[in-house]
Amino acid sequence: MSRVLALRDAIREGMTEEMRRDDNVFLMGEEVAEYNGAYKVSKGMLDEFGARRVVDTPIAELGFAGIGVGAAMNGLRPIVEFMTWNFAVLAFDQIINNAAKTLSQSAGEFNCPIVFRGPSGAAGQLAQQHSQTFEAWLANCPGLKVISCIDPADAKGLIKSAIRDNDPICMMESEQFYALEGEVPDGEYLTPIGKAAVRREGTDVTIVSYNKMMLVANDAADQLAKEGISAEVIDLRTIRPLDHETIVNSVKKTNRIVVVDESWPYAGISSEITYQIQKYAFDYLDAPVVRVNAPDVSLPYAAAYVEAYMPNPKKVIDAVKSVMYR
Amino acid sequence: MTKVVEKVSKRGKKTPKYNKETYLTWYETMLRIRRFEEKSLQKYGQEQIRGFLHVYIGQEAIAAGLVSAIKKEDAIVTAYRQHGLAISRGISTKKCMAELYGKKTGIVKGKGGSMHFFSKEHRFFGGNGIVGAQIPIGTGIGFAEKYRGTDLLCVTMFGDGAARQGALYESFNMAMTWKLPVLYICENNHYAMGTSVERTSNVADIYKVGSAFDMPSEAVDGMSPESVHEALSRAAEHIRSGKGPYFLEIKTYRYKGHSVSDPGTYRTKDELKEYQSIDPIKVTEKKILEGNIATAEEIKAIKDKIKAEINEAVEFAENSDFPDGDNLFEDNYMQEDYPYTS
Repeated sequence: MSRVLALRDAIREGMTEEMRRDDNVFLMGEEVAEYNGAYKVSKGMLDEFGARRVVDTPIAELGFAGIGVGAAMNGLRPIVEFMTWNFAVLAFDQIINNAAKTLSQSAGEFNCPIVFRGPSGAAGQLAQQHSQTFEAWLANCPGLKVISCIDPADAKGLIKSAIRDNDPICMMESEQFYALEGEVPDGEYLTPIGKAAVRREGTDVTIVSYNKMMLVANDAADQLAKEGISAEVIDLRTIRPLDHETIVNSVKKTNRIVVVDESWPYAGISSEITYQIQKYAFDYLDAPVVRVNAPDVSLPYAAAYVEAYMPNPKKVIDAVKSVMYR
Repeated sequence: MTKVVEKVSKRGKKTPKYNKETYLTWYETMLRIRRFEEKSLQKYGQEQIRGFLHVYIGQEAIAAGLVSAIKKEDAIVTAYRQHGLAISRGISTKKCMAELYGKKTGIVKGKGGSMHFFSKEHRFFGGNGIVGAQIPIGTGIGFAEKYRGTDLLCVTMFGDGAARQGALYESFNMAMTWKLPVLYICENNHYAMGTSVERTSNVADIYKVGSAFDMPSEAVDGMSPESVHEALSRAAEHIRSGKGPYFLEIKTYRYKGHSVSDPGTYRTKDELKEYQSIDPIKVTEKKILEGNIATAEEIKAIKDKIKAEINEAVEFAENSDFPDGDNLFEDNYMQEDYPYTS
């Protein structure tokens, strides 16, 4: 059996189930308690768990991220919500220099089981500082695991896995798609970290993407099907560790691949995927890997800029046709 | 600075307030740290120890007074000038020296070096290499104690340089708002690397920053284990009664440079000499002898014991093996089968 849930409700259900299961799990962040969450992800959680476990913080990302790290080193399992990952840049010292390195620099004496989560990516006309993705920044750093997924069922299963995981995890959601609905299974389940999902099977080309660009990839695949092109669509779900095996297996079948990635092209997730493909599937490729990214610029405010900046189905279709030499 | 010297010379005339065991423990702790640090400097000069090395010489009274004032179950987190604090908590000088040598018998198997000692057994949550980063972490360690309803606290230590980091202000604010059991200690050794306290802020009395959060805050003479012990005991009692955090600015002095590569040209020799004239080890020894707390033979026995211990620590470090470079992939993830990128 399953129900239809919005992304925000699915994430909340995952957090709530884990908080019922383990008293060491708590949620902290700006507006998470009395305001019920800036995007209502934590709606009702204060009522159920009380102020001890659902903690409103002042606007102090560096401070409360560090408090989370200290609490995790001392036996708790914090979920630290950032209102957006753009604001988490203030907390990168704690994420990179402490959460990610505690296990190594203490030679295993202390670990840091913490989940940092919040929305990432452009969300309309919000201008430069509010329109960035952070998967590549964080996935670069050993010690961290990075999840980025908007499928409600998987987001629920992934946050449950993340909370139970003994390593520090960064989870990226989507401000624009917290209302996105999907079938969510009833009962207890976990979605594994580090496994991609084949969302649509196909034979002519592989399209790999993650987070809200999955919607663009799926839309493109629908339109391509009408033109007789069968696209296989893969949702990475986890960015680090990267499930290159699922991508490579698909490429061995389709011999062509397009990477759709909202982040900037330079030193990004699409670059990493492209490297992995040439490493593991070079002999299977019938065309160079092509990627559809945001351009190598900051995103300005006006609608025309947003339109020009964001990957869209047309850009993906053009990329697919280029790898098919059509 | 002169005020501290005057205060100490006056205090020297008072009758001893604590028992023999306490004075001898303070004395032994301070001497152990001093000799360990002298040896580590020597071995650095011989290139047995590499990387950064920030020694605690001059600040030993803080470590001594700290240990007698708090419980061994209390947590402690500090910055990179940490050897003395780790040793005072009971981490063996052998394991500490082996860590400086980068040996696998070190307290963190050669993975942390001088700046990163950790020991769960000793509730030592690390030396942190990023100035001020341990302030929110210590606040979070205290958060966890309150969450679990224990009566333990977290001693969160930092230098005068870190007192200017934003992380301190954010942490003080949340710790007071949530009444967290955190004892903040600023070890004010007067110089953030080469920049004096007066040059880093309009407010040279660092304890005063606590008042912006209504946090009980005071300045403490850090050249005397008695005054450190008294201030910390008072603060710890306040914290354990559930009233929230406490801030102590402990005024001290490091005799050596910021790190081994710092010649200390930004301060005068007279200033250094003035502090050395109230050296906590010398003053305590004098007090013990003049107050007939212990005999000269007993003091000599402690000196001999420490000398032997530090020599053994060096011997242990030198005879230990280096880690195997193939173990590079250990301790990066708790997940045992983590698929590293290649």
